[in-house]
Amino acid sequence: MKKLIPVIILLILLPFNVFSQTAEERGLEIAQEADRRDTGWKDMTANIVMTLRNKQGAESIRENRTRTLEMPNDGDKSITIFDSPADVKGTAFLSHTHVKKSDDQWLYLPALKRIKRISSSNKSGPFMGSEFAYEDISSQEVEKYSYKYIKDEIVDGRDSFVIERFPEYEKSGYSKQVAWLDKEMYQPLKITFYDRKNTLLKTLTYHEYKLYLDKYWRSSRMEMVNHQTGKSTTLAWQEYKFQNGFEERDFDKNALKRMR
Amino acid sequence: MMKRKRYLSIILLLIIGVLPVVAHAEWSGNVSAKVSGFKNDALADNQESIYASFSIQPRYSKAWDDDRQLFGFELFVRANEHTPSTADIRELSWIYSDNEWEFRAGIRKVFWGVTESQHLVDIINQTDFTESFDGEAKLGQPMLNLAIIQDWGTVDLFVLPGFRERRYPHEDARLGFPFPIAEADARFEADSEEKHVDYAVRWSHYIGDWDFGLSHFYGTSREPRLVPFGNQLLPIYDLIHQSGLDVQATLDNWLLKLEAIRRDGAGREFIAATAGFEYSFFDIQSSGVDIGIVTEFLYDDRDSKATTPFQNDTMLGVRLALNDEQSTDALLGVIYDNDGNGTVLSVEANRRLGEDFKLTLNGYLFTETKPEDPVHAYANEDFVELELGFYF
Repeated sequence: MKKLIPVIILLILLPFNVFSQTAEERGLEIAQEADRRDTGWKDMTANIVMTLRNKQGAESIRENRTRTLEMPNDGDKSITIFDSPADVKGTAFLSHTHVKKSDDQWLYLPALKRIKRISSSNKSGPFMGSEFAYEDISSQEVEKYSYKYIKDEIVDGRDSFVIERFPEYEKSGYSKQVAWLDKEMYQPLKITFYDRKNTLLKTLTYHEYKLYLDKYWRSSRMEMVNHQTGKSTTLAWQEYKFQNGFEERDFDKNALKRMR
Repeated sequence: MMKRKRYLSIILLLIIGVLPVVAHAEWSGNVSAKVSGFKNDALADNQESIYASFSIQPRYSKAWDDDRQLFGFELFVRANEHTPSTADIRELSWIYSDNEWEFRAGIRKVFWGVTESQHLVDIINQTDFTESFDGEAKLGQPMLNLAIIQDWGTVDLFVLPGFRERRYPHEDARLGFPFPIAEADARFEADSEEKHVDYAVRWSHYIGDWDFGLSHFYGTSREPRLVPFGNQLLPIYDLIHQSGLDVQATLDNWLLKLEAIRRDGAGREFIAATAGFEYSFFDIQSSGVDIGIVTEFLYDDRDSKATTPFQNDTMLGVRLALNDEQSTDALLGVIYDNDGNGTVLSVEANRRLGEDFKLTLNGYLFTETKPEDPVHAYANEDFVELELGFYF
C-alpha cells in the first residue's frame, strides 16, 4: 500500500500537469504532432504551376516539376526542374535541407552545362520572382521554429489551433508567423507572415486539400498575397505521386545534370 | 556573296522546317538576332563597324526506361551578314544511368571548374572564338565517358576521339588577331595528328561546405601555340599532360574559389591559377535585390611568354540580380593587368521580355593597353552587342 501512495499522488497531479502546460509547450506539442502525422511518405513528385500577379493584375506563369525524398533524421532532399519561362527551361535546383546546419544547394545551368554550388543564406529573397520566399518553400522542420499556442478558432468552418511560430534560423525575413492548423488534418489552413519590423507582410491560404495514401493531406492550391506591395502568387500543385522508389542517388549532382 | 546567300537560305529553310516540329514538348531552344557595333573604325579595309547575325539553336531530348536512358541532340547555326556562317553539333548523345555508374557516349559538352573570370581547369571541349570573344562558347566533343558514382565521390573516365581545332574569328570579322591564323595549315605534335585519341580522368566530391575536383588530361592541347608563318600565325597543337584542381567553399554569404593547373608539353611546363571570392548581399532592404561582389586573381608563371593576357591580373566584378518577374540581372567587370599593361571593362545584362523573349546586352572597353600585353590587339575594338532571343 505504501508503495502505491506515490503512484496515487502522481495520478492526482497528472491532470494538473496537463493544465499547467505552458503556451510554448502546447505550441511545440501541436507542431510535433503535425510532423509525426506527416512522416513516412518516403518520396513524392508533383508539377507546380505558379501564377504571378502584379498590382494591376497582369499575370505571368512559371511551371516546374519537383521531386522530394524524405530523410528520416535530417531535412528533405529535393530537385526542382524549371519548364517555363522558356529561357530558363532545363535549369534545375538541388537542395539538401538540414535541421541544424545550413542547407546545401546546387544550381544546374543547361546552357553552360555547369553545376554551381550556391549560398543557402538567401532565405528571405523571392523564389523565381514570386511572392514566395525561399524560406517559404523549403522543408518545414519542427526545429526551425519556436512555438506558442494562442487559442482555438474556427476558420472557414474548420476547427483549428492558432499557433505563433518564431524562426530560429538566421536571416529570416520574418519576426513571426501565425498559423491556423486544422484540428483534423493537422495541416495549415492559413499562415500570416510579419516582417522584421513586426508589420503584417503576407497571407498564405491553403485550398483543396486531398488525402493521399489514406494518410497524407496535401493542398492543391496555395494563395500568397503580399499586403505591402499588392502582388500575389498562386501555387497550383498537380499530379502528386508518392512512393516512387527514389533513393539518395536520385538527389546527387550526377542526377541533377541528367534532369530533363 | 553567293555563298552567303546560300547559307542564309539554308538557315531560313531550317527555321521554317523546324518551327512546326518544335511545338512538340520534347523540343526546346531559341532563335536569336544579334547586332554588334564597334566604337572605332576598323584598321583593315575588309572589316566593318556594324555586324548583324541570326542564330538558331534547336534542342531535342528524350528520356525512357524510367529515366534511366536519355537521348540528347543540340544544333547551333549562326548566319552572319559579313562573314561565313558557322554551325556545330553541340550534342548528340546517349546516356545510360545505373545506381553506381553512368555511361555517356556521343558528342557532348562537359564543364569543369568554379571561377568566373577564366576557366583554366575546363579542358574537355574546344573553344569557339567565332561565337564569343570571351572564350565561353565551346564546340561539341565526341567522347566515351564512364562515371563511377560512390560514397567517396564520382570518378569520370573519358576517352576523347576526334580532336576539334580551335575556331578563330574570320579575317573579315572584328576582335581577331593582328595576323590571320593559318587554320588550314595547323600542325600537330601527335603522329596521328588530329586523329590522336585523348584521355582524361576526374575525381569530384563534396564534403560539407567544400566542393572539389582533381583532374588529369593527356592528349592534344586545346590551346595551340601560335608561331609566325609568313605573314600569318600558324597554330601548333602540342601533346600535353595537364593536371587540374578546383575547389569551392560555400560559407554562408561567402564563396571561396580556387582553380589551378600544371601543364607539361612541348618541352616546358608551367603553372597557372585563378583564386578569389564572391560575397553576396541578399534581399537588400527587403527589396528582393541581390548584389554580389566578385574578386579573382589570375596568375600564370610563364609571365610575358603566356599565351593568355591574364598572366598577372585582377578581376573585380559586381553582380546584380533584381529577382523580378523579368529576371533582370547584370554583371559589371574590370580585369586589370597588375603590371599596368591594360584594363578590360565589361558589362553583361539580361532581361526577359514578356514570356518568350530575352534581351541581352554585352559591352567591352579596352583601355590603357600596352604592346607588352596580348590584350593590346583589342585596343581598337571597343564594342557593344545587343541580342534578342525568342525561346521555345
